[in-house]
Amino acid sequence: MEHMSNLSIHDDGAASSPVSEPRKQKKKKVLLMGKSGSGKSSMRSIIFSNYVAKDTRRLGATIDVDLSHVKFLGNLTLNLWDCGGQDAFMENYLSQQRQHVFSNVGVLIYVFDIESRDFDRDLLTYRSIIGALSQFSPTASVYILVHKMDLVVPNQREEIYSDRVSLIEAKSDSFSPIPFATSIWDQSLYKAWAEIIHDLVPNLDQIEKHLGSLGKIIMAEEVLLFERSSFLVVSSWCSDVGGQNPTTDRFERLSNIIKNFKQSTSRYTGTPKSAEQFSLFELKLNIFSMFIIKFTTNTYLAVILPPGEERFNSAMENCYIARQQFEELDSPAKRGTDRGATGEVAA
Amino acid sequence: MPLLHSGRRRTKLDRKYNGPPRQGPVRHISPAQLNLERVYEQNRANVQKRDATKLPEPAPGPAAKGKPRLLLMGQRRSGKSSISSVVFHKMPPNETLFLESTARIQKDSMHSFMDFQVWDFPGQVDFMDPSFDLDAIFGEIGALIWVIDAQDEYLEAINRLNNTILNLQPTYPNINIEVFIHKVDGLSDDYKLDIQRDIMQRIQDELSDHGVENAPINFHLTSIYNHSIFEAFSKVIQKLIPHLPTLEALLNDLCRSCRFEKAYLFDVLSKIYIATDPSPVDMPSYEICSDYIDVIVDVSEIYGWGRSPEYITSLEGEPWNTKIEDQVACKDAESAIVLTDMKRPIMLREVNKYLALVAVMREGSFERMPLVTLNVDTTVQGLAEVFEITKQKEARG
Repeated sequence: MEHMSNLSIHDDGAASSPVSEPRKQKKKKVLLMGKSGSGKSSMRSIIFSNYVAKDTRRLGATIDVDLSHVKFLGNLTLNLWDCGGQDAFMENYLSQQRQHVFSNVGVLIYVFDIESRDFDRDLLTYRSIIGALSQFSPTASVYILVHKMDLVVPNQREEIYSDRVSLIEAKSDSFSPIPFATSIWDQSLYKAWAEIIHDLVPNLDQIEKHLGSLGKIIMAEEVLLFERSSFLVVSSWCSDVGGQNPTTDRFERLSNIIKNFKQSTSRYTGTPKSAEQFSLFELKLNIFSMFIIKFTTNTYLAVILPPGEERFNSAMENCYIARQQFEELDSPAKRGTDRGATGEVAA
Repeated sequence: MPLLHSGRRRTKLDRKYNGPPRQGPVRHISPAQLNLERVYEQNRANVQKRDATKLPEPAPGPAAKGKPRLLLMGQRRSGKSSISSVVFHKMPPNETLFLESTARIQKDSMHSFMDFQVWDFPGQVDFMDPSFDLDAIFGEIGALIWVIDAQDEYLEAINRLNNTILNLQPTYPNINIEVFIHKVDGLSDDYKLDIQRDIMQRIQDELSDHGVENAPINFHLTSIYNHSIFEAFSKVIQKLIPHLPTLEALLNDLCRSCRFEKAYLFDVLSKIYIATDPSPVDMPSYEICSDYIDVIVDVSEIYGWGRSPEYITSLEGEPWNTKIEDQVACKDAESAIVLTDMKRPIMLREVNKYLALVAVMREGSFERMPLVTLNVDTTVQGLAEVFEITKQKEARG
């Protein structure tokens, strides 16, 4: 599908080498950096390789750069560079490989270890990374993950976190980094990554628009679009009533619940964790009903509805009808250039 | 910044641990209950928090007659309190590290499909001492659970167990004795079986030397880090259910008519299964069913918030014009999931506020779901009736 070079995707890093690598235009380079042992590879394994938190204990140190390509929604391939964080490697990135590493970067994700004993040095390293980034990819977006928050006493988390963030922001030059507090032991990690991915998916505004009209037609309280393998919420729509839900971290919690259950099903069926585990889930209670269906090639769709059998069945039917339209939004390359012209959602 | 270093690798001995003090089993209210049960438990927990000495239920003791009792006994540090916290209080297994050692008998009253009590005994006290009122302890006992730490020297534990059995046999010959060979996670399968054989041999030899034959002793290999502890408790509890054969027959009929691979009747709170069909229990299907309950409970917790009455009224208006109760097909929770592999569906149906029926269905049978739902409906009615009858009996007795 990469031969479709005529797609109008705005790649932030494309400006630096648009002529020499037209095929790579769609591959956004995502740099994952931070001090050695701060948890970069752990979070990557959890999000993209279906590890559970305790599995990450067996990960060793990353040597040099660990490259991986993650296929994603909307024909997007993430070009993930997990950069080993030991000082020797860091120096190497900043000197010999400077151009190689920092050119054509779409996103920089910088991980700070909250437990770090020498925060000033971390800041110094961060500062040089930012320097290199502004030289080669000034349009890249920067995300800051303050990681291992579970190791801080709960009532001090807020304070220490905001303290760190303000220090980091002061050192960020022209970039305005978006900070997150994360831990692999709860759903905070999903929240951070869902937002990062959210910003990367092409034609997301269209997907969102269509999701909204679908939601209105089937009278749903909430409609969520999950990415197939990471089960991150890439897009969501909720009605006025759905928005009153007091559980504000529900997307992350849902990702977490489903991912954990996928572990169980993979143990049960003996299929690999990365394989697709279920095709349909339905739940009917007397206060709400809900279903999750396998939607397009790369997505699952979750719908939360008011209770009622008729409503439930017609909603599910409508979602299956709408599937075709979303399939085209998901992998636009199949339809070529007129991809943007997909019609309204079927009623 | 010393604050930042206080969290990691906390152990019982670590003085620097500055979290909340932990004493005895902590009541963990977590997502493990459906609808009513959750509300009930939350209220109960709140009352308990406010006034630790006053429970809304009758305190266990001589007053609570007719409740079967599970006694947890064994050497100190063998894992008794951890077991009761994990199974009955939903404590995550790795948090049991923080449990203090039990100083006096911990009596827990479990309010579920069947009321029973769990007594957690301190390991260091010898209850064969004549100063204890044996009848008060063993009088209404349902089962004696003896916990043996498989990763420790167990000869002493076996000696004490033998003494206990020999002392009890003459007076209470019908006590079920369940030996939990505990902490077997991390041991190889061969080693586990060796230990089990060794322990069984030693107990049997000792007992037959004293002329006690055929004492009702069962052995279970358990660990709190996997489902084996729940499985073992399931077997223990099942022996205490008077109408178990009826329940099993109902489930068996359901499995035959709907062609289920395996059906379990779960206690939602503890995730112990109280009955299943007669086909052999396999660990994987138990695990998947029990994890599925977790999913349902967690999801219901996220979306089960109270909607405003105006919204409900609007749902009952145009174009439906029916009460919301009549719009739903089933007043209890029902759910199904279809696994991609072999297209096997798993279904769940709430039976009453404590119980849920979970079954693994034959591959590709999701198309027949409406028929299955009908059959399940009938079975659930049957199950409910069974519990109704026993409840009446208890009330009269």
